[in-house]
Amino acid sequence: MPKGTGWRISLIAIFVLLSCLYLTPTVVAKLPSWWGGLLPKDKIHLGLDLQGGTHLVMEVETQKALEGSLDIVATDLEDTLTSKNLHFKRISRTGSDKVSVLLYDKGTADEVQKLLKDKYPGYEQSTSNEEGGFIAINLRISDKDAQDRKDKAVQQALETIRNRIDQFGVSEPVIQREGLNHIVVQLPGIKDPQRAIELIGKTARLEFKLVREDIPPTSTNIPEDTEILQEKSVDPTTGAVTEIPFVVQKKSLITGDLLTDAQVRIDSQFNQPYVAIEFNSLGAKLFDQVTAANVGKRFAIVLDNTVYSAPVIRERISGGSAQISGNFTEKTAADLAIVLRAGALPAPVKIIQNETVGPSLGQDSINKGLMAGLIGVVLVVIFMAIYYKLSGLVANLGMVLNVIYLMGALAALGATLTLPGIAAIVLLIGMSVDSNVLIFERIREELKLGKTPKAALDAGYDKAFLTIMDSHITTLITAAVLFQFGTGPVKGFAVSLSLGVIINLFTSLIGTKVIFDLFLQKGTAKKLSI
Amino acid sequence: MELLGKTNIDFIGKRNISFVISSIIAILGIIGIIQIGRGAANMGIDFSGGTAMQLKFAKHIPIDEIRTALHKNGVAKVDLQEIKDGNKILVKIDKNTSAALGKSTDVVQNAFKKEFPDNAFTVESSTEIGPSIGDKLRKDTLIAVAISLLGIILYIAWRFDFKFGIGATVATIHDCLAMFAAFYLLNKEINLLFITAVLTIAGYSLTDTVVVFDRIRENLHKNLKGSMQNIFNMSINEVLSRTIVTSFTVFMAAASLFFFGGEVIHDFSFALLVGVLVGTYSSVFVASPIVVLLENRAAAKQSVKS
Repeated sequence: MPKGTGWRISLIAIFVLLSCLYLTPTVVAKLPSWWGGLLPKDKIHLGLDLQGGTHLVMEVETQKALEGSLDIVATDLEDTLTSKNLHFKRISRTGSDKVSVLLYDKGTADEVQKLLKDKYPGYEQSTSNEEGGFIAINLRISDKDAQDRKDKAVQQALETIRNRIDQFGVSEPVIQREGLNHIVVQLPGIKDPQRAIELIGKTARLEFKLVREDIPPTSTNIPEDTEILQEKSVDPTTGAVTEIPFVVQKKSLITGDLLTDAQVRIDSQFNQPYVAIEFNSLGAKLFDQVTAANVGKRFAIVLDNTVYSAPVIRERISGGSAQISGNFTEKTAADLAIVLRAGALPAPVKIIQNETVGPSLGQDSINKGLMAGLIGVVLVVIFMAIYYKLSGLVANLGMVLNVIYLMGALAALGATLTLPGIAAIVLLIGMSVDSNVLIFERIREELKLGKTPKAALDAGYDKAFLTIMDSHITTLITAAVLFQFGTGPVKGFAVSLSLGVIINLFTSLIGTKVIFDLFLQKGTAKKLSI
Repeated sequence: MELLGKTNIDFIGKRNISFVISSIIAILGIIGIIQIGRGAANMGIDFSGGTAMQLKFAKHIPIDEIRTALHKNGVAKVDLQEIKDGNKILVKIDKNTSAALGKSTDVVQNAFKKEFPDNAFTVESSTEIGPSIGDKLRKDTLIAVAISLLGIILYIAWRFDFKFGIGATVATIHDCLAMFAAFYLLNKEINLLFITAVLTIAGYSLTDTVVVFDRIRENLHKNLKGSMQNIFNMSINEVLSRTIVTSFTVFMAAASLFFFGGEVIHDFSFALLVGVLVGTYSSVFVASPIVVLLENRAAAKQSVKS
């Protein structure tokens, strides 16, 4: 055996073995029972364009989260000042990053300033005299804190969305943060994408607010501390939506973050589904107090600024459980229970990209991709065999090795195969014989110069080497850039292409050469079939 | 087997004809790119934002009826395209005319349910892209194109001397422009997959150019007698068969994708086919003649000095 052949053959064989090992879970329908331990179990991942599913990009409206937390600061401050008997005219959030406190006199202002310094050390204070002799203190959140708050909101939204998807039951979802305020969600094989999107995108801010029945909802001038919210009901037969307006107190008495559980129940009397909720101990205490103080009044259950129901408080409710009824179907009730259990999003999310592929199109793409690949292989194999005879067959063998290695590498790296990725593999079938073409043409030239087959072979490989390197590296450059910038299907293309190019270098420079070396080992062969 | 025996074609001598052809191609490509920049080209929704849906109907519906059905239900501006096999329709709605994101697919489905109650349909795929994503993608794509071209240019400049670098770069840009020209003239959709094809060809088409250049360099080192033009012509003729064979194998693979790969990658494979063809042409008729021109000019300067 010629020098250096041994290790090359073993390398080729080891790679083939490894590829087959990694490909087994993909090819074999059911793994045998002894397949375990360190043996690979993962199939080649199929992209959403092949297996069907939904790819969502959502933008968290972080500014709203910041405003929300400033609103909380304002309410908090109201309570603190009231309890300390400090009189104020108004406390409210102004603009996007300030809370302003409007006070009557200088003495209280000084006290409030001291208090604010202790209680909110991270904020910047500024004082100014406002018109009419009031003194305004502005509390401004620092840029760094604001950024922190926004960052946390995205993180929290991510957790909440993950929770919801887990409870909804999707196998192998991908939920990732992307950039400053984007969240990417991939739901493979999902059957009802519209329902899932609604479930994920719902803010699910649950609030209990008192209804002000003393103010007619038609009045144009309602007090500052109240607002008009609508109850929507859909007629199950005609599908027509009717809206009933309610005047409610702006301040919510109890919010959804005090919940511990939410479950779907069926009303035995009307056979209507409803959502039963349980409060934690703080929530139960509050609920007890609020209901005791407001017997006879109506209590609006508000989700994302829409009234679900507004029952009359008949008696004090202790024990911390309540129910939300409305025009629910079993599905909508189940979804509501999920979002309540998983918690509210810290800020509304906006869907800015939604790509959904049905399972039939995905399967169709796989079939057509495989068909195109097969036809490509057959065409190239026939051409090479005719044009380069036995040597062409060697090149074909190299191409087959290429495809096996590439599939094995995709499986081993856990890469995702997309339709453009399949296209890249098909393209590589054409490209992978190119290196051999360059080598063979060179060998033909050397043979014409009268060299022996062995010498011509070595010269062919030597002189074609640089050309092959050059052409592979330029392809690799673009593949790398595509990988860096591409998303989804395009990334799949880049992965297949770059892996393919690297593998091709190995098979053409080492793989096929070793076969020729074996044939021509003595250096006395008279003829090379090329 | 050999396709071509020993050839002796005067490629460089035909440079005037080829330069005219290539200039026309390049100008068309530039016009296409300008149209893209102005938003006047057929842009895919991944760049422009909007909604695209692929629907499969149980029974065939003429495309005009679909358009009227959508118009009646408030979708005024819509792009419709029929896919030959299996009663499939591609619906594309501009971001400006569609309802809020997440709603336009509902609008379309409801319209069809109402207007064609006895013709069931399934939504095979739907894509909705908000304007902010479109903007980001456009920006990312521009950066990607710039970086790849720069990477290739730097590599070529490092591997070959400066004049060859210019020749290869011009040829690469020429190939990309040709693909833009073809898509612009045929009014095919410019989307992310098309850009992917362009970048792939930018990398691949260099193969042929490198093959030719390597041989030219080798022959220049041999100090053969004859003019620059003769050495270039001889080199191109020597490697002509491998230039054609390497392109042919890739062309076959791309063609099987084009004919059998299905509608999703139909345009993508078409772009690859165009790219492979033009890439072969440019390595012979664009890259090498440019180097000859540059070499001759340098030689003329040299002789003036001495």
